[in-house]
Amino acid sequence: MADTDRPLVEIRNLSFSRGARKIFDGVDIDIRRGSVTAIMGPSGTGKTTLLRLIGGQLRPATGSITVDGEQVPKLSRGELYRLRKRMGMLFQNGALLTHMNVYENVAFPLREHTDLSESIIRDLVLMKLQAVGLRGARSLMPSELSGGMARRVALARAIALDPMMIMYDEPFTGQDPISMGVIVRLIRLLNDALGLTSVVVSHDVPETASIADYIYLLSDGKVVAQGSPEELQRSDSEWAQQFLQALPDGPVPFHYPAPDFREDLLAGREASPQKGAA
Amino acid sequence: MLDILQSFGQFGLGFFERLGRATLLLFNMVLGLHELLPRPRLVVKELYSVGVLSLLIIVVSGLFVGMVLALQGYNTLVDFGAEQSLGVVVALSLVRELGPVVTALLFAGRAGSALTAEIGLMKATEQLSAMEMMAVDPIRRVLGPRFTAGVISMPLLAAIFSAVGVIGGYFVGVGLLGVDQGSFWSQMQSKVDLYDDIFNGVIKSLVFGVVATWIAVFEGYDAVPTSEGVSRATTRTVVHTALAVLALDFVLTALMFGEH
Amino acid sequence: MWQSRVVEIWVGLFVAAGLAALFMLAMQVSNLSVMSTEGGYTVDSHFDNVSGLKVRAPVTIAGVRIGRVTDIGFDSKTFQAVVTMRISDRYNKIPTDSVAGVYTSGLLGEKYIGIKPGIDDTNLKNGDRVKGGQSALVLEDLIGKFLFNKAAEGPGK
Repeated sequence: MADTDRPLVEIRNLSFSRGARKIFDGVDIDIRRGSVTAIMGPSGTGKTTLLRLIGGQLRPATGSITVDGEQVPKLSRGELYRLRKRMGMLFQNGALLTHMNVYENVAFPLREHTDLSESIIRDLVLMKLQAVGLRGARSLMPSELSGGMARRVALARAIALDPMMIMYDEPFTGQDPISMGVIVRLIRLLNDALGLTSVVVSHDVPETASIADYIYLLSDGKVVAQGSPEELQRSDSEWAQQFLQALPDGPVPFHYPAPDFREDLLAGREASPQKGAA
Repeated sequence: MLDILQSFGQFGLGFFERLGRATLLLFNMVLGLHELLPRPRLVVKELYSVGVLSLLIIVVSGLFVGMVLALQGYNTLVDFGAEQSLGVVVALSLVRELGPVVTALLFAGRAGSALTAEIGLMKATEQLSAMEMMAVDPIRRVLGPRFTAGVISMPLLAAIFSAVGVIGGYFVGVGLLGVDQGSFWSQMQSKVDLYDDIFNGVIKSLVFGVVATWIAVFEGYDAVPTSEGVSRATTRTVVHTALAVLALDFVLTALMFGEH
Repeated sequence: MWQSRVVEIWVGLFVAAGLAALFMLAMQVSNLSVMSTEGGYTVDSHFDNVSGLKVRAPVTIAGVRIGRVTDIGFDSKTFQAVVTMRISDRYNKIPTDSVAGVYTSGLLGEKYIGIKPGIDDTNLKNGDRVKGGQSALVLEDLIGKFLFNKAAEGPGK
């Protein structure tokens, strides 16, 4: 089938603004099937917004977003919901439903969208929990889980309906090294074992680079660099170098725009003259 | 000067914008209600948290309001030698007005604010967003059952309030103040009409139920997803419900009990 | 899951309590129970003036309530008010020469129909006419009468 050669997600000339701020300004991105694609960039470049655009929660100002041949912004409510059943999303904080325990959370999509019997659902839930290593935690409430465990449960929930694609929103942020390692492994493992396509939005360079097949670097609303992790290491783009080496100053400046330092200090002096000056 | 006009204009536009959003939400919810028919468990669960958990405050308030009505009513009626009509005063005040209105206000404070906080918090912790991404419409799945439960609960709670109030009035009037037991009930029965008074009272509480629950779920759904935003939304629920209920009460009373 | 069973039981109790309250209001508080013991026969009466009389006002004899006013109309031929009332079947021994009047209950009170029994051997049946006696007291007429009487007594008294 020629279709499987085409990228699962094609984004062309995407523009999106929030208020006066241009978040995306003519962005082109391809997410290839079966691969782990990373979207990286400094904080605040709208990486999470990109996931929401792909999922149809937001509409682009211009440009097209095509997922598996379907133009997302043009879908009707029913079609959009049908498409979303084939996409899984892992939110930064897990976003588990707090009034249900772990088992119920993973069972939720199965109960809402399928007519399967409770015993089949039980098997499926246990399988998904086993995949993330939390089968024994099935009766815990979300408030009793650590951050890392909550994310793994959310991951089990995201794969409950065997989606074709999973989007990860900052999966590594704020994790201790061990949980970090677990999530990193799981993302790669699930992607390969289940034949998924994964989109990882992150700013954690070493972790992401260790599992990504392709990386897009965003800044100021544009793609400033792209390539496999090795290609980016060798690239002489200033953006890529500053980001990958974690340099504090470079194309993304250290200083937030401000007036001249000396002038600023002097202005404060004149406004409130020293008391008791001789 | 222009600034004041501008802020009035913005306020007005903002008000209409919110009203429009709220109306669209109501349509979306109501259109999706049929999806709840095969899943009554969802509504039952909400009936518990909205209805059953409000019982205590409704019963206690109803009791005290009925007792106070009897006390105050007696004090005034006795000057006209009409204290045997106490039953009428207590019953009509409760069934026509205090039952539906006070119940609605208490409901807004207890159940309404709880609904707003719950939904607002779900929005702030991205649970509603997660549901959307799982192809479950949170308006139909989360708001719908709560709205249904509120509309069902309100008339029941108002009836309980009125009934308990009448009983409270009976204990104070007949038990404490010496009104004749027979007159208490018989005068009441001859003056309180099933259709004009009780039926209209039920209609009032249904209308209040729709309005109070609608406002509560809308404010939660529309809240700014921060802790501040949720707290402001719960305050808005109580205030807006109170205003709406009192205004509607005037309109409904004029329609129902005005001179035909 | 046992927890949801408890919830369901409570909800059931709540709904039952609400319906019971509605029922109690309907039965004990409203005029439903009183209305339903009607059945009975209809008679009517003509009066010159029934101002203040309302439909559903009581009809009494010797102070005992025996029925209700069901309709108040107007006879354009005799220019009199026509009051139709329903009397409970229990009280079917009212003589045909009884007289009905419009009286006031208490000082501020509402108007009601009081029947003064007559001495005939035959009793009122459905559709009969009761002779109309005392009409409703109109305050202005009373005051007028009082002033007239006062003036008739002469000055200096």
